[in-house]
Formats: sequence, structure tokens, C-alpha cells
Amino acid sequence: MLDYGPDAILMAGLDGANWRLADYEKRGGYEALRKLLADQVPPERVIAEVKKSALRGRGGAGFPTGLKWSFMPRQFPGAKYMVCNSDEGEPGTCKDRDLLRYNPHSVIEGMIIAGYATGSTAGYNYIHGEIWALYEQFEEAIEEARRAGYLGRDILGSAFSFEVYAHPGFGAYICGEETGLLESIEGKKGQPRFKPPFPASFGLYGKPTTVNNTETFAAVPWIMRHGGDAFLNLGRPNNGGTKLFSVTGHVARPGNYEVRLGTPFARLLEMAGGTRAGKRLKAVIPGGSSMPVLPADVMLATDMDYDSIAKAGSMLGSGAVIVMDETTCMVRALERLSYFYFEESCGQCTPCREGTGWLYRVVHRIETGRGRAEDLALLDNVSDNIAGRTICALGDAAALPVKSFLKHFRHEFEHHIEHRSCLVSGPDSEPKWGRAGAHLPPAMARAA
Amino acid sequence: MLSPESLRRIDREIAKYPAEHKQSAVMAALIVAQDEKGWLATETMDFVAQYLGMAPVAVYEVASFYNMYNLEPAGQYKLTVCTCLPCGLQGSLDAADHLKARLGVDFGETTADGRFTLKEGECMGACAMAPVVLVNNKKMHDYMSNAKLDALLDELRKR
Ligand SMILES: Cc1cc2nc3c(=O)[nH]c(=O)nc-3n(C[C@H](O)[C@H](O)[C@H](O)COP(=O)(O)O)c2cc1C
Ligand code: FES
Repeated sequence: MLDYGPDAILMAGLDGANWRLADYEKRGGYEALRKLLADQVPPERVIAEVKKSALRGRGGAGFPTGLKWSFMPRQFPGAKYMVCNSDEGEPGTCKDRDLLRYNPHSVIEGMIIAGYATGSTAGYNYIHGEIWALYEQFEEAIEEARRAGYLGRDILGSAFSFEVYAHPGFGAYICGEETGLLESIEGKKGQPRFKPPFPASFGLYGKPTTVNNTETFAAVPWIMRHGGDAFLNLGRPNNGGTKLFSVTGHVARPGNYEVRLGTPFARLLEMAGGTRAGKRLKAVIPGGSSMPVLPADVMLATDMDYDSIAKAGSMLGSGAVIVMDETTCMVRALERLSYFYFEESCGQCTPCREGTGWLYRVVHRIETGRGRAEDLALLDNVSDNIAGRTICALGDAAALPVKSFLKHFRHEFEHHIEHRSCLVSGPDSEPKWGRAGAHLPPAMARAA
Repeated sequence: MLSPESLRRIDREIAKYPAEHKQSAVMAALIVAQDEKGWLATETMDFVAQYLGMAPVAVYEVASFYNMYNLEPAGQYKLTVCTCLPCGLQGSLDAADHLKARLGVDFGETTADGRFTLKEGECMGACAMAPVVLVNNKKMHDYMSNAKLDALLDELRKR
């Protein structure tokens, strides 16, 4: 048995091999869909139930799912789309992989129910290229569902028709952004669109479209089977249900854990085996690499739900909890983060394309003992000139970590610059945790 | 230009999208083409463009935007290591150092015998299972200790 913790509902009853249709049906799968269609439940009632559950988007922004579905125009004739975002590429996040690997039919059933609720005609699941085996497995799962009559024309003898297809990503973080993702399905570069119009009015091929995260869809069948209230009561008001947290970094047992929203961080940390033997907790990024870092004492007093983490000064984001113990050099940590955003900026907006390069180069030179007195002011300035000035939120995602690292751990950066050495682990000439990545790409070595 | 089997695979992808949106299959078609040829030469991309009724430049744009397409010949085995922060905290940077030392190449280089290309990768959505190494884009290996890395290299060399 796979163990995601005692509160697991999405990942309950999984043994690593029972992902197939027959297994899913044994766990009560597709019952919710059967019942909806047999009772001819009005679509508005489905949306009302999801609203009641206080299910919020699990992809990063935490937008209320029922409300998002209600934006889909009801009277629109012709094609409408439901898109699943399995592009999971936010450093620290590895939960959608487990969902697709061990429970893919929960995602398919969630997409079908969402399609029914919004009057959509087809769904696409955008699966990032690095998990190719799961792309193929998902196609198999779709085929199983089609053969059983859960997909296709007149599903289970009803008047509702719906198809689901898988679409492959191939190495671009930006395609996780929902409009970049839609461009990518259309066979173009995955550069985000200017909003408004939002996807609900102008989405895939210009048709009304809703994009939801894999885990969001996976929660829908449970909500329809057990009711919105039951889901809400697992969590907290405005923060319904359980959530998969990917706990990584300096913990004894990195992995995915499913807990009720509102669970204290300390409890989640304990489930992951606590920090490595004898080491003190130093800092945590609670919601994926794009969110602000928080010091240990703040995190230890925080509960894991959207509103509590926001109050503590960060965001729950995708639920990726990156744990750093006292051996972590925060300059090196930020250098790794900044490299990622520099590599993954799509190049469309000047502040992001140029700014992410500046952030990386400056943090890198501080890390490698070549920092200048004016560098911290420069980092602040560059971050401020990116945040809020780009088409999509990747700019903010690059800038927010920088601001938060400087806010909470400024002294480590100052020490690097003044003493050309590291407060945590000695001389800078020897980069922490491996030399990899501590080199400049050739084009940048010249610029730096 | 591509084998009948590859064309069958591409046709299956085209069927997923509305008839007037064949272009949606371009990512999958380039993946299929790369599987067959090892990398995407201009002629290969031109063929895909013609097959999907796209302007060649629109295909080049896609091929150069997404990181996993090979725009030049790569080694027989392309090894991509995730070096992002979460993986780094769990030892992936040391794993990358180990691979560099064993292969005698840096990121972005290919061994003299043409066997291995080493690449620095970004998050692959498998962070808790670090260190993660992707072989030829499609086969993921996780929890890669130095011993497992050595075993992987030995196995690939024997093939
Ligand atoms: C740069 C960037 C990357 C993103 N990556 C993902 C991702 O990998 N998966 C995801 O579900 N959402 C991602 N998002 C959020 C999506 O834009 C979108 O909000 C989400 O898929 C909506 O689904 P939800 O409401 O169910 O969360 C990303 C956003 C940005 C700005
Ligand atoms: S950070 Fe390395 S796989 Fe996610």
C-alpha cells in the first residue's frame, strides 16, 4: 500500500499497481458520473455543489473552482473545452505525477463531470514531456474509459457527449501558465496571452475554455459522491478538503503527503520524518519555488491552508514545501532559483527576459565571491522593475523569491559581499552542494 | 522522409484535434520525428511542416522554443539532470558532478566516443525522488545515488 497519511481521500486505497479502470470502479470510481447522468442532475446543481465544497485551484493561484466553472457561457453554441494542466514543472512540485501514475481515472472522471457541468464538448490533458511513460499510460486509461462508455457519444445512454485526449508538452515551464498552455496546444510557442479576454470567453481555438490543475479535477468525483459539505468540513471555511503537499529538501522522507487543509506545518514536517538527524530547521518555501521564503519560526507557527499561509507572508501555491535546514547557504539557494527563472523566461516581455538574466548574474557573482557593495540595491531595483510589469505571473515568480530572501536573510548576502566568504559553509571558492551549475553559461560569462 | 510507422503515429495525434487545427499535432509530430532520426534536421522539420500544412518557420519556432528537441545531433544517450533548488538540496548537484567526472564532459558537451551528452535540466516534476536523471527524454531514473549512476552508465555502455 502507498501511504499518503491517515487523512488521504484522493490517494486512498492505492497500492502502486491498481490504476486501471476495474480497480478504480472497485474503489467507487465513476459512481458519481453514473448517478449524475442517471438522475439528469442539472449542470447548475453540479457547479453549486463544487462552490459549496470550497475547492480552490490546486495549480498555484487557489482560485475557487466552482466560481471559475460558472464563467463558462451556457448558451454558447458549438465547441467548448475543459483543459487539464498536468504541466507540473514548478520546482518542488511532484504531486500530479503521483495522481497520473496511481489514480489517472480520478482525473478523467473529474474532467468528464466538469465537462458536463459546463456543457463542454472535449477535454485535453496537457502532460509535460518529462514523464513520457505516464503520457502513454494516460492514453491507455482514456481508451479504457472510452470502451466502458464513459467517454464518446451519448455517454451511458444519456444525451451528453464528451471526449478526452492527451497532449504532450516537451520542456517549457511557461506552458504551465494557462494561456501559454493553450497556445502550446494550438501548436505554437507557449507564450502567454494578454488577459482579458480570459479563457472562459476566448480560450482554446478561441472557444470558451476552462483550465484546471490535475489535482483540482481529481477532487471533483469525491465531492460529487460525498457532497460539497463533507469536502468543506475536511478543511476549513474557504479552504475545503485535503491537499497533496510535496515535501522536499532537507527532510528525512521527501515525498507527497495528503493532509486536511489547516493541518499545522509542524505536523506535516513530522510526517515527512522531520529535518535530517540533528539539524535545525532554517527556512521553508511553502508553496513552490515562485513563492516567498519564510523563516523557521514563522512556519512552525503556521497552518497549511491558503489563508493561513497568506497571513504568514507567503502563498500555498502548488503545495510544494521546500525545507532547508541550518546547513543551507541562502545565497546559493537563491542562485539556484534565479537560474531557473532565467532559463525559463519565454522572452516575450522585456522586463522579464532581461530582468531574470540580471537577477541570476548578480546573485551568481555574490555567491561566487565577486559581489559588489551596490548589488543588494540593484537586486531590489531589478525585482521591482519586473514584478507587475509582465503579461504573465512568471515575472512575479522570479522577483518575489529575491525580495523575500533579501528581507529575511539579508545578512548572509552582506557577508558574502563584504567578506567574500560564506556565513554557513566557509570560503566561496568551493560552491556548496556540488559545483554543478556554479559555472556561467559561455554567453553570460562575457556579460558578467 | 519518415517511416510508415512514424506517419501512423503522427496520424493518430492529428485525429485528436479538430480537422482545421492539424497544427496542434506539431509537438507530437516533432517528438515522433526525433524518436526516429535522433535529432531534428532542417529537412526533417520541413517534412513535418509540409505534412501538417504549416509554414516551415512555424515549425522551427516550435522546435526551438521547447527544450527537449535536439536541434543538432546529440550523443547516443542524452542524460539530463535536474539542478533546481529542491533537487539540489537532495544531492542532485553532487550527482551532476559525479557524472561530469565519470564522463569527462561538462553540461552541454558530448563524450569523444559519441556515446553520452550531458545536459542541465529544469524541474521534471519528480523532486521528492531526487536525484533525477532523464535518458533520451523519455526514460526517467530517480533516487540516483553515485552507485546507481555508475550502474546506469555501465548498462547503457553495454547496450
Ligand atoms: C509561470 C507559471 C507556471 C504555472 N505552472 C503551472 C503548472 O505547472 N500546473 C498548474 O496546474 N498550474 C500552473 N500555473 C497556474 C495556471 O496558470 C492556472 O492558474 C492553473 O492551471 C489553473 O488551475 P486551478 O484553478 O485548478 O489551479 C502556472 C502559472 C504560471 C504563471
Ligand atoms: S526540482 Fe528537480 S525534479 Fe523538480
